[in-house]
Amino acid sequence: MGAGSLIALTIAAITFSGIAILVAKLITKATTNKQKGEPYECGVPTQGPNWVQFNVGYYLFALLFLIFDVELIFLFPWAVVVKKIGWTALVEIIIFFFILFTGFLYAHKKGALKWK
Amino acid sequence: MWSLQNIADSVQHWLYATFNPTIAMLIEFAIIGVLAIGLFSMLGLVLIYMERKVSAWMQLRLGPNRVGPKGVFQTMADTLKLIVKEGMTPNGADKLLFNLAPFIVMISAMVILAPLTFAKGFQIWDINIGVFFIAAISSLSVIGILMAGWASNNKYSLLGAMRSGAQIVSYELSAGLSILAIVVLSGSLKITDIIASQENGWWIFKGHVPVWIAFVIFIIAVTAETNRAPFDLAEAESELTAGFHTEYSGMKFALFFLAEYVNIFVVCALGAILFLGGWMPLHFGTGTKFNEVMDYIPSSVWFFGKTFFLIFVIMWFRWTFPRLRIDQLLNLEWKYLLPISMINLLLVTLIAILNWHF
Repeated sequence: MGAGSLIALTIAAITFSGIAILVAKLITKATTNKQKGEPYECGVPTQGPNWVQFNVGYYLFALLFLIFDVELIFLFPWAVVVKKIGWTALVEIIIFFFILFTGFLYAHKKGALKWK
Repeated sequence: MWSLQNIADSVQHWLYATFNPTIAMLIEFAIIGVLAIGLFSMLGLVLIYMERKVSAWMQLRLGPNRVGPKGVFQTMADTLKLIVKEGMTPNGADKLLFNLAPFIVMISAMVILAPLTFAKGFQIWDINIGVFFIAAISSLSVIGILMAGWASNNKYSLLGAMRSGAQIVSYELSAGLSILAIVVLSGSLKITDIIASQENGWWIFKGHVPVWIAFVIFIIAVTAETNRAPFDLAEAESELTAGFHTEYSGMKFALFFLAEYVNIFVVCALGAILFLGGWMPLHFGTGTKFNEVMDYIPSSVWFFGKTFFLIFVIMWFRWTFPRLRIDQLLNLEWKYLLPISMINLLLVTLIAILNWHF
């Protein structure tokens, strides 16, 4: 099986979800009233806008994640060949981790990891 | 002896002998699609029943026991109920994104099945970067979750989606680093190569302490990645009603639910492949009677046995640990798991270079 199987699986997922939603739509009876479409909030009318502000910390963690995720992508090809290359690979990765960790410590010192 | 591999091979052989190549390929794709949908439905039914029975057992309850013998048809009855429920869209919701989100979550849950080895020589596509592929696709579902939360026009959904996003991306790092530990030891990203490297013993036995650490970190990280308790902040019932799928009802909700359980299966299958040898039977020494008996058990039974054991462990977590707070959760990842798994990766590299593993 080649890359075509991914397309087959994607089509299978779309058909499965599509048919499930379509069948449900065909056999259910929709009714409407004034309160039905209101956003759920424990039975009382919602206060203020629904797209509320959330903690800025989420962005900081997302930025940090980006750095480490890129690092992880670099590590994948390294991990495949490390056994063949041997000690050089280990020394290189220690230097790589050292630089990365310095940045991480800097972020930690700046309080990026603190949840305010 | 017939096995899943033989059946697949003979079906393929027959198809290519009977039809011309294009039609045979299309029929094969159709078979794959039908099998994947069948696996999805079966997993949904089995895992939800299992979840209920396990939690009932842990809390000294009976669990579902009315519909069918021992309540086995309870999940089917629930699915029927969800089909006849009206799937509504709340006022002010972004209709396109709201309806698109379940599809994205489902697609990412299904495409991820491609490189998994369900039995000896039985997998959809033996992609040469299999582990990397799984890591990449499993991070796609967070887009669906964020989409669902954002489009719902609901405060609970928005907060749940944000929490879920922060949590999934954070824990992906230590999951990735513990996957890398096994990649370093086996020297390949291909799933079949990783399994083949465990022929003389599973990595959990061969790799000493660093592999155990990697295994523990992997289990913690995937528990968080699949939004399971004790990391179920994204849908903490007592705080956020249902998190990102608060506004979903009927079949769309069912699709989210199904995708969640399939994701649990996928990560546990990955854990079984990387650390517990995939379909490899349990062996001690070479050429003993015990090994022969173990070889007699079909490889699919081994694979599903290990996977369901890991699923059971993750269900066990749910009734053992209390839920964390969001700051504790992120602290655990960034201040403990990430540094530990980075140092652990260096240790594993040392072991791999010195050939200290068996």
